[in-house]
Amino acid sequence: MIRRGFIILALVLFGLVFARLIGAYQEQSVLRPLAEHYVTQGPRELGAANVITGILITYRGFDTLGEVAVLFMVAAGLGLLLRRDGDGPSVSANTPLRPASELVVTGTEVLLPLIFVFGAYVIMHGHLSAGGGFQGGAIVASAVLLLLVTQPLTRLRLDLLSITESFAGVLFVCIGLLGLILAGGFLDSRFLPQGQLGAFFSAGAIPIISILLGIKVGAELSVIIDRFRR
Amino acid sequence: MGFPPVSHLVLATGCSLVLIGFYGMLTHRNILRIIIGFSLIDTGIHMILVATGYITGGTAPIIDEALSLDAAATRSVDPIPSALVVTAIVIGLSVTAIMLAYAIRLYETKQTLSLDAFTESKW
Repeated sequence: MIRRGFIILALVLFGLVFARLIGAYQEQSVLRPLAEHYVTQGPRELGAANVITGILITYRGFDTLGEVAVLFMVAAGLGLLLRRDGDGPSVSANTPLRPASELVVTGTEVLLPLIFVFGAYVIMHGHLSAGGGFQGGAIVASAVLLLLVTQPLTRLRLDLLSITESFAGVLFVCIGLLGLILAGGFLDSRFLPQGQLGAFFSAGAIPIISILLGIKVGAELSVIIDRFRR
Repeated sequence: MGFPPVSHLVLATGCSLVLIGFYGMLTHRNILRIIIGFSLIDTGIHMILVATGYITGGTAPIIDEALSLDAAATRSVDPIPSALVVTAIVIGLSVTAIMLAYAIRLYETKQTLSLDAFTESKW
């Protein structure tokens, strides 16, 4: 009972803090100086119509590299945490699986290629419209999840996925180094021609980095999903 | 009294989600429910972050027919919180995945997910 009282007290205090914050918050009517620089100069400097992708891949590219490293660490850590012990009970081995219904199987067959194509589209058009490497990679991984839900016995080629993912990572760093040598700094995307703003081949190296990012994120998330299937 | 501005609504929703998640984490003894509470807090924080980037009457910071290069400075929302939230979503996913993996391991050792069974580190 005392515990419950403390919980409610903590929640009420938090609620008061939040209420004060919301009450005092004034909606912005002009951009902050840094944001204004990104929005006005970003498209001119980088040639990327989508300012957010420009920020993620070039201005904060190092951040993105670290984030991909975190995803890699999680995939590796899950492999360590969820490794099958020799005598550990395996759910899929002991209980016979009921096959998925025809509706689900047919739906998967129809949807799977479409989801992959949509994921590829989102990855490739990250510099032009809403999307980018992370988002597209997540869509691709959702297709893998759908496949594993309908056909739980599918074996993913984990070795192939790891190799693809490592290559994408190494190429990502190599492009970053090219930016260091040929342009202004590490992960600077301006060493390729900028092209017409809004055209498919534009924005320097941003589409290439975006594709590598999409491949890497898609492979890593697929590995993470696969680790949870025991 | 007029309709509150949209960023205040999103802020209020985000704060409520944080409170709901906090309540869930504090009251439940099941590890999976605590993880769900954490995810709610995570989502609430993302909403708060995005809401702070809203500019009155702004649109997505993507240069196309709807938003010319010259109008971008006045008519687009702040792109920095959006870019940060992409990062935050990925990190939130990573933390959730690790927590779920630990939950699986804990279940294997005690055959239960209730916190009351794990008393070894209790003082």
